[in-house]
Amino acid sequence: MSFWSHFSYAVTIALLIAGLYVVIARGNLIKKLIGLSIFQTSVYLLYIAPGKLIGGTAPIVDGKHAVYSNPLPHVLILTAIVVGIATLALGLALVVRIREAYETIEEDEILDADRAADRDGHGA
Amino acid sequence: MIGQHLPALVVVVPLVAAPLIVLARRGAAGWAIATAASLASFAMAVALLLQVRAAGVISYAIGSWPPPWGIEYRVDAVNAFVLVLVTALAAVVAPYARRSIAAEVPADQQYLCYAMLCLVLAGLAGIAITGDAFNLFVFLEISSLATYVLIALGRDRRALLASYQYLIMGTIGATFYVIGVGLLYLMTGTLNLADLAARIGEVQGSRPVLAALAFITVGLCLKIALFPLHYWLPNAYAYAPSAFTAFLAGTATKVSIYALLRFYFSVFGEAATFGALPMREIFLVLSIAAMFLASLAAVFQDNLKHMLAYSSVGQIGYITLGISLDNQAGLTGSVVHLFNHGITKAALFLLAGALVFRLHSVRFADLAGVGRSMPLTAAGIVVGGLSLVGVPGMAGFVTKWYLVRGALDAGSWAIAFTPVVSSLIALWYVWRFVETAYFRAPSAAAAAAKEAPAILLVPALGLAFACIYFGFDTSFTVGAADAAARTLLGGAR
Amino acid sequence: MSPASAILAALAIPTAGAVLIVACGRAPNLREAVTLASAGLLLATVAALVGPVLAGARPAVVLFDLLPGIPLAFEVEPLGMLFALVASGLWIVNSLYSIGYMRGNDEPHQTRFYACFALALAATMGVAFSANLLTLFGFYELLTLVTYPLVTHHGDDAARRGGRVYLGYLMVTSIVFLLPAIIATWALTGTTDFRPGGILAGAPLSNAALGGLLALYMFGIGKAALMPVHRWLPAAMVAPTPVSALLHAVAVVKAGVFVAVKVVVYVFGAEMLAGVRAVDWLPTVAGFTIVAASVVALRADNLKRRLAYSTVSQLSYVVLAAALLVPLSIVGAILHIATHAVGKITLFFAAGAIYTAAHKTEVSQLDGIGRRMPWTMAAFTVGALSLIGIPPAAGFFSKWYMVQGTAAAGNWVALAVIGVSTLLNAAYFLPIVYAAFFRPERVAPAHDHGEAPLASVAALVITAAATLVLPFFGSIPLALARAAAGP
Repeated sequence: MSFWSHFSYAVTIALLIAGLYVVIARGNLIKKLIGLSIFQTSVYLLYIAPGKLIGGTAPIVDGKHAVYSNPLPHVLILTAIVVGIATLALGLALVVRIREAYETIEEDEILDADRAADRDGHGA
Repeated sequence: MIGQHLPALVVVVPLVAAPLIVLARRGAAGWAIATAASLASFAMAVALLLQVRAAGVISYAIGSWPPPWGIEYRVDAVNAFVLVLVTALAAVVAPYARRSIAAEVPADQQYLCYAMLCLVLAGLAGIAITGDAFNLFVFLEISSLATYVLIALGRDRRALLASYQYLIMGTIGATFYVIGVGLLYLMTGTLNLADLAARIGEVQGSRPVLAALAFITVGLCLKIALFPLHYWLPNAYAYAPSAFTAFLAGTATKVSIYALLRFYFSVFGEAATFGALPMREIFLVLSIAAMFLASLAAVFQDNLKHMLAYSSVGQIGYITLGISLDNQAGLTGSVVHLFNHGITKAALFLLAGALVFRLHSVRFADLAGVGRSMPLTAAGIVVGGLSLVGVPGMAGFVTKWYLVRGALDAGSWAIAFTPVVSSLIALWYVWRFVETAYFRAPSAAAAAAKEAPAILLVPALGLAFACIYFGFDTSFTVGAADAAARTLLGGAR
Repeated sequence: MSPASAILAALAIPTAGAVLIVACGRAPNLREAVTLASAGLLLATVAALVGPVLAGARPAVVLFDLLPGIPLAFEVEPLGMLFALVASGLWIVNSLYSIGYMRGNDEPHQTRFYACFALALAATMGVAFSANLLTLFGFYELLTLVTYPLVTHHGDDAARRGGRVYLGYLMVTSIVFLLPAIIATWALTGTTDFRPGGILAGAPLSNAALGGLLALYMFGIGKAALMPVHRWLPAAMVAPTPVSALLHAVAVVKAGVFVAVKVVVYVFGAEMLAGVRAVDWLPTVAGFTIVAASVVALRADNLKRRLAYSTVSQLSYVVLAAALLVPLSIVGAILHIATHAVGKITLFFAAGAIYTAAHKTEVSQLDGIGRRMPWTMAAFTVGALSLIGIPPAAGFFSKWYMVQGTAAAGNWVALAVIGVSTLLNAAYFLPIVYAAFFRPERVAPAHDHGEAPLASVAALVITAAATLVLPFFGSIPLALARAAAGP
């Protein structure tokens, strides 16, 4: 086992941590969503990369080959990609509405606006 | 013939209802379809429970593809109970939602509310019933995405940020879960929960499996809102439309707890879960922190919904305490609290919604003296509050009884005192409402208010009455919880 | 009516009465009639059970299971019989008194008052007749919750604060101490039933653990007002006097000491505890409460406060006597439940009558009032004599058994405690009597007044007479006490 034989896992982890970092460290709502997407992409890699078996061919049954790459992770990740897209779309729609309501998409400014409104006795 | 396909139908009916509602376009038609779907699901869940009691485990292959290659829906004593809870709450909230949503959501968006409600119901039912780990993720995301929409439809603009924050945290949680499932798949080659349980023995103790356990735990704990991963819950519950808060408070976290129980006891197995990683200690500490700190936070909120939301975080601590005790009494207490807290919190949020309907506010300053102008609503809140405290004759008492017994069975008096002492904090915040509603001079809003309309009161007080009923007649709840605990501890799936 | 249905009737009658009272809220005379009728019916029902119980029967009713293996069950045994008899008997008198007091003071929210009263009696009957600890705990907590609106009746800030202390002390003790004790008992023995001789006999419990469990019980029973969990009693004095009379004679405090004696006799078992050093702290704590509370009473000028601390002290007589663990002292303890009830209710009635007629609340204001309110102060005197323990007032007889019990147990400290506190009782009661009758009026009252309203005075006289007459008809309480303490 060497670094290069587990290269995909290293990339997965790098993307995972990078994505999470962006979510946590950035206050701009769209940047957080970008970070979230990067984080989700790392998962796609986690599933798909091991699907390619060493010496495996395309998963179409054929008498000449004995080892086939695993098609199931692709199926799973197609679903996960769809989920990711739906999440991203929903998140962006929320950002649009937040922009309309608050005139900003920076989280700290939004929280400040809420605190100020609270002090003025607004809201239920 | 329908009887054979109940496991699939209980998910499919609300799932199909959602696009029908969108096509119908009108709020009233949407409400009617949603109510019909909820009632049908509830009837099917009850039928499933009866079938499971008679026949044991029910296994249903989707599309007739046999497991473990196809997706399997598997109903046993544990998830039949959870299904009944989820669908029952949907059936109670749906009629209530009509006027409550009409008052809180703009007219042109109301039909979308009902469509989302059906999707949430389908998603939660799917999580409860599925026997496939990845399928669970799919349903988890279906219910979560629909939930984000529901929360964002709240009147207050803070609902938008609350929904956004829940989206971020919920997606991280679901993704952690799917990372864990991926690791399990890599190690065992299967996604079917029963098959995983069988194959995991060979790779038990290897690092990927331990990592999978950790990822799945953290992922689900974000959804469960276990302290300190609860940050999204108070705002989400407080700013969502009242009817949906009631439904979510009673179901969303509970179904995620069920998923955790399923993985801990049925897939990984009790010995591996609690032996390989210090889950017992972690859950114990976090549960006690939740019970005390979240309940204390509830005392100092300035409006009723935030108070109830923090109270929920505290009550979830009770459930996870039972899990950390890992014995028959403790798990019985956990599972029975899924139900007891579900109906109690749903009742309380429905009544809070009635207050919003008349007073347009739930701040304590505006609730002063409401005991006089809205006596039934206030009395219902007191009943629900007493159930939170755990007064005998209320559902909440049954939970505490079993949790203390579980702690004593585990040999610890110190742990035995934690649920009872933290229920004193619950008494403190419940009494805050009592004194506000009955002892203070009426505020302007309260003085002008009339009692809530019957369509709102009947479901809400019905649930409040259920809190009392299930405090006396525990045969259903404790019987089901006991059977569930036995199934989980038995390990067999 | 069969004994079993009598038990259920005893619970149903006050509950139905409460519902009818609310329904008749607009017609005060009808409403008061409902109260009196319910009280009368209840007494008749309870009295019907006395015969069978004295003959040795133990009527029982088992309803559905509350939790798997633990039913909602009732069983009448001599101790519960006596408590139920005292409570139902005094309810009628208290209702009569309340009518005079509430109308005399023109109190608001009278419907809520009478309805909560009836519910409190229903809860008391439930406590008296419970066959197991879970049923008992349920009715015990119900009693706390149902009396909260009574304590906070006036609805002002003082009532709210008093209500907080009342609810706080009672709920904290019952939730944090009593409930874990009950669950631990269930875990150790597999049952929560009350049985003669106790259920903990065979339990795997070290002596130290036994002492600890007893401590959880005794401090968990906050209504028995053992120090330091006694503060709810004086705090509840914000309530109108009929409520104080109910709390301090009929329902709440007697429920407390009743549960304490029942736990000692039917859960632990007197023989089982005898000789266990780890429970020796109980007579000490009880003895300390007796003396300390009497000292506080001595220094209190507010009449109701003095009576409240006197109650704290007298309740610990019962606990002390029970803690001596010999049959004679247990008879005394049980008897004292009845004699103190009758005596104390008389004193509170008198205090309320003085407030209604003269608007006086402090002892120092009572000079010469005996001349204006002879019946009231005569009744007060009788009550005081009973509490001090002077024959032929009822209190003498229960004290006599207790003294005999200390001799039988060889506990001279307990004897000394009883002696000292008797002197203290005399010290804080007799000066009131003397001042009322033999001192001239120092401060002219705001307006000329005579006796309190007739209904109140009638009630006063009835209980005072009962205090004197009880010993002569005392065979029933004594027989019940003996039966409970016996084998």
